[in-house]
Amino acid sequence: MSDANPLDARARMIARAAREITAGMVVNLGIGLPTKVINHLPANLPVCLHTENGMTGIGATLPYERADRNLIDAGGAYVSPIPGSAYFDSAVSFALVRSGRLDLTMLGAFEVAQNGDLANWKIPGKFSPGAGGAIELAQKARRVVVMTTHTDRHGNPKLLQQCTLPLTAQRRVARIFTDLAVIDVTAHGFELCELATGVTVQEVTEATGAPLIVPDTDIPTF
Amino acid sequence: MSLPDKTTTIEAAVARIPDGATIMVGGFGVPGTPFTLIRELVRQGQKDLTLIKNDANETGMGIDLLIANGQVKTLISTHIGLNANAISALNSGRIRVEFCAQGILAERIRAGGAGLSAIVTDIGLGTELAEGKQVVEMHGKRLLVESALRADVALIHADCADPFGNLTYAATARNFNPLMAMAAPMVIAEVETLGPLGSLSPEAVETPGAFVDHVAELSELSEDYGIVRR
Repeated sequence: MSDANPLDARARMIARAAREITAGMVVNLGIGLPTKVINHLPANLPVCLHTENGMTGIGATLPYERADRNLIDAGGAYVSPIPGSAYFDSAVSFALVRSGRLDLTMLGAFEVAQNGDLANWKIPGKFSPGAGGAIELAQKARRVVVMTTHTDRHGNPKLLQQCTLPLTAQRRVARIFTDLAVIDVTAHGFELCELATGVTVQEVTEATGAPLIVPDTDIPTF
Repeated sequence: MSLPDKTTTIEAAVARIPDGATIMVGGFGVPGTPFTLIRELVRQGQKDLTLIKNDANETGMGIDLLIANGQVKTLISTHIGLNANAISALNSGRIRVEFCAQGILAERIRAGGAGLSAIVTDIGLGTELAEGKQVVEMHGKRLLVESALRADVALIHADCADPFGNLTYAATARNFNPLMAMAAPMVIAEVETLGPLGSLSPEAVETPGAFVDHVAELSELSEDYGIVRR
């Protein structure tokens, strides 16, 4: 597709997604790719990271030698506390989610539809990991964004007119960060906002399984 | 006046669990998983169990040992994606898995522990998880009725305890433990440190001992509790 190195493309996607997190937010990062943005957040950014298994104020991810066996994030990574961290049980953790205290959640996806539907928990008969906390995160965070590769490992688009897999939540995704582009979900469907370095509009259009609105203006790159 | 002593051994506590029991198991990943009680359940071999646990641990760990040993009939869980064995047991029909949204599982357990019959929520509407569930209209909205959950037995891992069963938890080892510790008529806690009555500040107690039936101190922490190098 583009001549850019795929590893660079992934790193750029993660770095770009990290800029979505701004001062003062309470944020939940889904397991998998989204948790990687932690390493791209400025050290002095005042932000409260939440994890489903019962912690606010997540600090740096720790190497095994320095890990605390009782302190993980929802994906199982060993994390550290920072001054002001708090621990709580799973009911409190999701009270925080459902009561609207999360400003942003960033989730992974199997599929995203042009109306903002999200599917990320079940591929019937093949891989049914379960939704974990994703249904509540997707339904109740004030803003829901997705980070995913633009296509699956077979090259099939993950951004579609309609989801084919069981849904996690309906009409909740606002923005998608991929290795090719940043795309907003609008009332009229997918709209191209930014292009990855070295990627053309045509490449993004061809890799997207739904119509893509391309603005007439210059499209920023990341 | 003094409080009753509920201390026992891991073996004696697990021996009270019958075949066919519904068992809540604390833990989210490694932290808070009562690995020693689980290994004793594997050794004693109780069958046809229904387990309620956030996740299926990882291959070769925790409740995966019960699944691999054919002791589990049904698993009520939120996420089994870190255990390929559990996914293949589900795909081949060796176990039945009921998935539940994570915070709704927590609230169903809390409701069961609080003597309530159900909770009402909009979580899961428009998804497969709403199928077959009762819908009510309230506040002008369609909402799902999620039944409260109780079990025959709850297996808990706590950090510190006294002989009456007052419990505290470490860091993210809380998770489902304080909720499950309220939701069964037989609550068994394995504990890392057992001190005398009075060793825990009343203000520090997270699970009051009145909810707990049996307290077993761990003589050592097996490798199960350690850092997992993936």
